Amino acid sequence: MPGPDKRCTEDEVVAELSSGMTIGIGGWGSRRKPMSLIRAILRSDLTDLTIVSYGGPDVGLLCRSGKARKVISGFVSLDSIPLEPHYQAARQNGTIQAAEWDEGMLLLGLQAAAWRVPFLPTRAGLGSDVMKNMADLRTVTSPYATVLPGQNDGGEFEELLAVPALELDAALVHQNAADISGNSVWLGEDPFMDDLFVRAAQRSYVSTERILPTTELAGLGDIAHLKISRMDVTGVIEAPHGAHFTECLPDYSRDEAFQKRYAATAKSDEAWDEFRAEFLDIDEAGYQAKVKELQV
Amino acid sequence: MSDVSTPTPSSTAVTRADICAVAIAEAFRGDGERLCNPIGNLPLIGGRLAAATFEPYLALTDGFYTLMDPQSPDEVPPIALPEAERVAQRTVAHWNPYREMFGLLWQGKRHVMMGATQIDQYGNQNIAAIGDWAQPRRQLLGFRGAPGNTINHTTSYWVPNHSPRVFVPAVDVVCGIGYDRAHALGPVASRFHEVRRVVSNLAVFDFEALDAEGVPTMRLRSLHPGVTLEEVLEATGCDVVIPGDLGESRGPTEQELAQINRLDPRGLRLNEVPEP
Repeated sequence: MPGPDKRCTEDEVVAELSSGMTIGIGGWGSRRKPMSLIRAILRSDLTDLTIVSYGGPDVGLLCRSGKARKVISGFVSLDSIPLEPHYQAARQNGTIQAAEWDEGMLLLGLQAAAWRVPFLPTRAGLGSDVMKNMADLRTVTSPYATVLPGQNDGGEFEELLAVPALELDAALVHQNAADISGNSVWLGEDPFMDDLFVRAAQRSYVSTERILPTTELAGLGDIAHLKISRMDVTGVIEAPHGAHFTECLPDYSRDEAFQKRYAATAKSDEAWDEFRAEFLDIDEAGYQAKVKELQV
Repeated sequence: MSDVSTPTPSSTAVTRADICAVAIAEAFRGDGERLCNPIGNLPLIGGRLAAATFEPYLALTDGFYTLMDPQSPDEVPPIALPEAERVAQRTVAHWNPYREMFGLLWQGKRHVMMGATQIDQYGNQNIAAIGDWAQPRRQLLGFRGAPGNTINHTTSYWVPNHSPRVFVPAVDVVCGIGYDRAHALGPVASRFHEVRRVVSNLAVFDFEALDAEGVPTMRLRSLHPGVTLEEVLEATGCDVVIPGDLGESRGPTEQELAQINRLDPRGLRLNEVPEP
C-alpha cells in the first residue's frame, strides 16, 4: 500500500519546531544542505536552538542571525573557503556555545541515538583536548580485558571515550528525490549521515529536488541509494534548487560566486544587513527568483 | 634507497619544492598495502609520487568518496584537476564515503599527512584555534579528524612555512595527539599511535629519539639542500634533538622528477614552497 501523504511547506515545518530545540542538519560542509529549510528558520522567530551538524553555511547563517545558542559539530567549513566566517566570528566573539568533537565522534553520537543506546565507545578523542574542552564527555571502562599480543598478564580493562547519544528533537536533510511519504533517494557519491540524522530525531523533515511516484525511485540509481525510509520521515518538502548555494550532485554543483558573496558578508554589519535584506528577508520563491537573475 | 643518501642527480633544475615532494614520499616508504592519505597540494604530490615509484601497492584517495587503483605509474592522476578530469582520470577500486573512511581509519590501515598550525616537540598538533579554546583569539578548522586519526593509525605532518610560530614549546589546543599524551594514556590505549615524520620547507624530523622519561621526542632527521642547521634552529621554537650524523634530504631521481612534473604540471608546489 502507498504510504501517507506527508507533503508540506518549509514554513509548515518551522511551525512544528520550537525555540530551545536540538536540531540536526544533514549534508556535509557546503554540500547538500537543506538550505530552503534553514532560510525558513531564519525568517521565523525561533531562537535558542542547539544545532548538530557537519557544519557549513547552515551553521554560519544560524549563528549570524542569532538563532543558534549552541553548536555541536565535527567541523564548520565552506569547503572551497576552509573557514566558515560567521561561525568563526561567533566563536571569537563568544556569542555561541560550542562543542567541537572529532568528526568520527559525531557519527557515533548520531548512531547511538538512532540505535537508542546512551553512548557508543571509541578510541577517537582520547588524549586530545576534545576531552579537556568538552568537559561533559565521559569515558567508559571495557568489561572485557584487552590482552596485547605476546602478553600473558590477563590484560587490561581498556578505558574508552563514551560518545553520548545525540538525541535530536528534529532533523532536516535534503535528498535528490523522494515520494510523498518520505522514501528518499540520495544521488552523487556520498549519502553523508542523512539517514542517521533522521533516525536520531523525534521528527524528521526531508526537502527534496523532486517528488516522484514511489515506482520511479529505484530506477534513479540502484537500490543502495534508497537510504531513507518513510518510517523515519515526518514531512516532505518539494524544494527544487533547495540546497542552493551548497552543492547537490548530480543536480547542481556549488554556486561558488554566491558562496563568495555570502562569505564576504562577515566583513561588516552593513554587508550582512544588505545580504539579509536582499536574499533572506524574502520568501523561498523570491530567493530562487533572485538567484536565477544572478545567473543570467 | 635511504632518504638521506645521494642518488644519481637529475640533470634538470631541482627546486626546494621537489626536495619536499621527495621527503613527503619517503614518509610513506614501507607502508605497503595501506591508504596513503595526504591532505594539501605538496602532500598529495609526495604521496602520489610514492605510489608511482617505490610504494606501488599504496591505496590512494580521489580526494572525495572513492579509493583509486591506477593501473600503471603514469595513471596516478595529477593533483588539482578540474572536476570532470578528476573523475575521468580515476580508476575507482573502492567506494569510500565519509562513514566508510571512519571505518577504515578506526581499523587502522591508513597513514594520513595533515597540516599543522602549531606543532610541539612531542608531535602534538593544533589546527583548531589560537589562544584559549573557550573563546579563541582566532578560530581555525576545529579538531576535524585529528584526534581519531592520531590514536588509531600512523600520522605525519607537513609544514610549508617553518617558523617559531609553528614549531612551539606547547600547542594552544591538542588536536592530533603527540607522544607525551600517548604515553600518559598507557601502552594499551596508545598501541596504534605513531607520529612518523614532520616534513617542512626547511628540513625533515622524526621521533626516533627519547627524552629523559623515555618518551619519543622530535629529532632532526635531515636538512634540505642549501639549508643550514642554524637556520632551522632559529626557525624552531621547540626542543629538537640534533643527531651526530645529520644528513641532507635527498633530491629526486630523474624518474621521480619526471613524475613530480607530471603530477603537478602547473607547478602549484612552487606557490607553496617558493625558491629561497
